[in-house]
Amino acid sequence: MTLSSADFTALALTAQLAGLTTLVLLLVGTPLAWWLARSTQRWKVLIEAVVALPLVLPPTVIGFYLLIAFAPDGFVGQALNSLGLAPLVFTFAGLVVGSVIFSMPFVVQPLQNAFAAIGEQTLEAAATLGASPLDRFFSIAVPLAWPGYLTAAVLGFAHTVGEFGLVLMIGGNIPGETQTASISIYEHVESLQYGQAHALAATLLLFSVLVLIPVYALNRHVRMAGR
Amino acid sequence: MNIKARFEIIRSAFQLSVDVAIPSSGVTALLGPSGCGKTSLLRAIAGLDRHPKGRLSINGTVWQDAGSFVAPHLRRLGFVFQQASLFPHLTVQNNLNYGARRRRKKTGYQAHDVIDLLGIGHLLKRRPSTLSGGEQQRVAIARALHAQPDLLLLDEPLAALDRERKQDVIPYLETLHQSLSIPVVYVSHSLDEVARLADHVVLFDGNHIQSCQSVERVFTRLDLPLAAHDDAESIIEGTIRRFDQVDGLTEIEFANNCSFWVVGDRGHPGTKVRLRIAARDVSLTLKRPEATSILNCFEAKVDAIDAQHGKPQVTVRLLVGDRPLLSRITRKSSKALDLVPGMSLYVQVKTAAVA
Repeated sequence: MTLSSADFTALALTAQLAGLTTLVLLLVGTPLAWWLARSTQRWKVLIEAVVALPLVLPPTVIGFYLLIAFAPDGFVGQALNSLGLAPLVFTFAGLVVGSVIFSMPFVVQPLQNAFAAIGEQTLEAAATLGASPLDRFFSIAVPLAWPGYLTAAVLGFAHTVGEFGLVLMIGGNIPGETQTASISIYEHVESLQYGQAHALAATLLLFSVLVLIPVYALNRHVRMAGR
Repeated sequence: MNIKARFEIIRSAFQLSVDVAIPSSGVTALLGPSGCGKTSLLRAIAGLDRHPKGRLSINGTVWQDAGSFVAPHLRRLGFVFQQASLFPHLTVQNNLNYGARRRRKKTGYQAHDVIDLLGIGHLLKRRPSTLSGGEQQRVAIARALHAQPDLLLLDEPLAALDRERKQDVIPYLETLHQSLSIPVVYVSHSLDEVARLADHVVLFDGNHIQSCQSVERVFTRLDLPLAAHDDAESIIEGTIRRFDQVDGLTEIEFANNCSFWVVGDRGHPGTKVRLRIAARDVSLTLKRPEATSILNCFEAKVDAIDAQHGKPQVTVRLLVGDRPLLSRITRKSSKALDLVPGMSLYVQVKTAAVA
């Protein structure tokens, strides 16, 4: 019950995918979460609902539509083709794009909650002290929202590590390119290699537990300190 | 040179037309009941709320008119909210530095002046969450001043504090009042705070806004609601002349050859102090009183009488020299003395509080 080199490749690929996805999500999610937390526009509920869709939809549904869109004759595929780029389907890049959409709520919601918890008056005080809107965001909002950033990063990363259906739909099962750890486990089980499956599954289980404990411990600490 | 503000403030709860000129020195109070639009006006002056119809200029610099609106961070002002709103992730020192770093240097208050003035030197390394409410509010005021504003706006800075905590802040505000060279606009619904801190008052009376007047005048005008109040009082500015050690009394001169004697040593000669005299502590007599235990007795002229229909008492506005003074006496006494505007008489003041 030891990890083979193929298993290590799958784990490394998973870590790469999850890391890159988390980075992209933090960059894209920050302005989106800020807008969702501060806007009073009525149609923001529509955007909130769209962001939350991956929480309720089966991954295969999202995967199915992404597969159609990413295919060479799909609208994303055609657009990429006209730019002289390769289609996204069955590629690592395609997995990143899919994972960003799929893990979006796990990053945006903690950030949105963290931003919403910052009192309007704190930001107004900064404005009257000469801070521009961008300055206020970086000097007040981001430092005050850091527990939200930590939660968002950990949940985004962990959720991407755990995805299966979506990867299967748009990534296929190409070792070193789209074969993630969760796909490898499925394959080991299919081919009755229970020992290999155990090794990988236990690794992921341990990883998840180790990552979630500090996050919840920190949230508790922040809540207590806030009193 | 002053602050000219004209706004059409439209809120779901009310609509308010404001057109006031505020002097460019001293403390101007916006006084009125809660929910009458005082805070809305202050926020409009700060640029925190933008009202489409408005014009605002500070000493000739236009901050808002039909075509322009200067963003709040570009207005050189300090704003202190009801809640201190300190930055929780920064120490007191870094809270103070926040504004100072973002504004071009200007000769004015030095950091240590502001810190001494508000008595927060021992708190600099602490986090805001470890401070008491009164300490937080003092840091908030210091933070606003440290950024070298041209105008300081205070939105009920004491309203969120309990009685004891208020006493932690008021003495510092009184010191500020005497040492600040910039104009201060102070929103309050507390007559007591206004009597102690303000030089000028803009009175919000329902939907009507009185023009800016001196605090002495606003408190004693019989056509304004303050003089009809049960606790009506007069405010008289005076200068300490001397302390009589034998009797333990301080002489405070407020008009030519007119001095109040108050109990205790009230400070160095030359210091300006403010006397608060309750209308019910002022009695009237037609002849110069002799053999009386009351020390403070002045010649005065009746300026006006408010009959206060249906009440057993009347309010009399007097002038001692040119200083207005209110007296609350019974209707019966008023008839007995046959009071009419213009007549000369003597006032006796039982006690005066030094604010």
